[in-house]
Amino acid sequence: MIEGILVEGLIYGIMVLGVFITFRVLDFPDLTVDGSFPLGAALMVQCILLGTNIWLALLAAFIGGVLAGVTTALIHNHLKVPNLLAGILTMTMLYSINIRILGNRANVPVLKQETILSKVTDMFGGIIPEEYILLLFFLVVVIVIKVLVDLFFRTDLGMTMGAMGNNEQMVISQGVNPKTLKTIGVGLSNGLVAVSGAFAAQYLGFADVGLGQGIIISGLASVMIGEFLVMKSNRIAVLTLCAIAGSILFHGVMYLGRYYGYLVEMTPNDLNLIKGLLIIVLLVVTQSKKLKKAASRAMVDK
Amino acid sequence: MVFNPGTVNENQAINTINLRIREGDFITVIGSNGAGKSTLFNLIAGTIIPSEGSISLNDRDITREPEYKRARYIGRIFQNPLLGTASNMSLEDNMMITYKKGFKWLKRSLNNRMRDYFRTQLIQLKMGLEERMKENLAMFSGGQRQALTLLMMVLSKPDLILLDEHTAALDPKNAQIVLELTHKFIKEYRLTSMMITHNMSHAIEFGNRLLMMDKGEIIFDVQGEEKQALTVEKLIEKFHQIRHKSFENDRTLLSEE
Repeated sequence: MIEGILVEGLIYGIMVLGVFITFRVLDFPDLTVDGSFPLGAALMVQCILLGTNIWLALLAAFIGGVLAGVTTALIHNHLKVPNLLAGILTMTMLYSINIRILGNRANVPVLKQETILSKVTDMFGGIIPEEYILLLFFLVVVIVIKVLVDLFFRTDLGMTMGAMGNNEQMVISQGVNPKTLKTIGVGLSNGLVAVSGAFAAQYLGFADVGLGQGIIISGLASVMIGEFLVMKSNRIAVLTLCAIAGSILFHGVMYLGRYYGYLVEMTPNDLNLIKGLLIIVLLVVTQSKKLKKAASRAMVDK
Repeated sequence: MVFNPGTVNENQAINTINLRIREGDFITVIGSNGAGKSTLFNLIAGTIIPSEGSISLNDRDITREPEYKRARYIGRIFQNPLLGTASNMSLEDNMMITYKKGFKWLKRSLNNRMRDYFRTQLIQLKMGLEERMKENLAMFSGGQRQALTLLMMVLSKPDLILLDEHTAALDPKNAQIVLELTHKFIKEYRLTSMMITHNMSHAIEFGNRLLMMDKGEIIFDVQGEEKQALTVEKLIEKFHQIRHKSFENDRTLLSEE
């Protein structure tokens, strides 16, 4: 059970990193995610079925996600559409595109074909206990991605992106076009989300157009849970670690809801309601924390 | 410059303005609220595009160039001290971002050599900031942040700097410090600059040229010795003479502290 939670938390953790980049770093609430997650899954599965090299298939998923994100950013930048609406537009269009990619079907299984996961299991089978192979594999994958994201945000480009989420005028004053930064950032974010979708499809054994439904809420809830773990930090390495830890915790909670929810007469259909309520509770707690802080600061000033 | 043309809110913020800024000029700009001072800055910086007319810099037409491109050679500091720096990042990260103008690439330029350079630059602010390079800017006061913005802008050696009441939001002590730093930097680096101020004695004390604006026009442009001889009284009298407006009213609009 615990490996299951950890593996799921890690797979979706890649998506949470993407959501963290748009929502927290860029301050660009991007809803494309609900479409780019199944896009990654669909591209991966279809490439596997076509017999493409599995690593090229993963690359295809990443590039597909990047293009989806770039589309959203371009709609927002050039048509002066609010970012939320731009994301919804792309997400809606992606629904049709994903069905097309899956060959006009809503669900396509990959059970007999070789996937990255089956390859890894074969490679280490016998050396490491089976249930830990995937866990270790995803641990390595997520750490590599996390370190790459950290490195990116320590470059000049990444730091400027970090500044933009806080202060767009500052970025303009430095002679940088904020539109370009948004395009790069949202593209990168959706690339990660699609990679997460690609791994999820291989783990689940199928790609489904409905895979992305509510993903953005899961991602946001994970980011927020992660933020509870640590006091405010300006270190990107700490923030990304929190996002991943948040994802694991979130999937722990969801797991409990799925398997033990029946004790309180909850069905799996109630999970989306639970996710939404969880976010609301987190928002309320954050707000009251902020108010308390402000109050204590006012006391000190007096 | 006409805002909301063809609507009931149509507002001609800037009427015909013909201004030639020479290299090395330090121009102070005064005028009551709504005189068009900030609109003039917005036009020069590219925040807004003029309805008519043209803007050139070093004989190159920049009328239609977007703000972020002009920012590479026109530096601007706003009244709000938070606009120049990012609160969620450390002092050294902020300095790295503001160190070079133009698109930033995928390389890490912040190393110990840069840190040493930043530290030596920070020392001239005399605020002890060189000891706090890793702290988030949210921990710094408005005066410190404005001084930092000023320092980083000066280091990029822009062709023209625009100071939009950059000390108005600071407490008197910090305002004085930032103003002195401004004066020092402009002299040291021989920067061509324009400074909007509501303080007439500052407008007279600083710079080699003074512009008075009213209703979207430059109504008074004085420089050199004539400017040196100005006093607050003379300035108000001049305004009265040009606009035939009541004396008391002007005093309230143009504070003289």
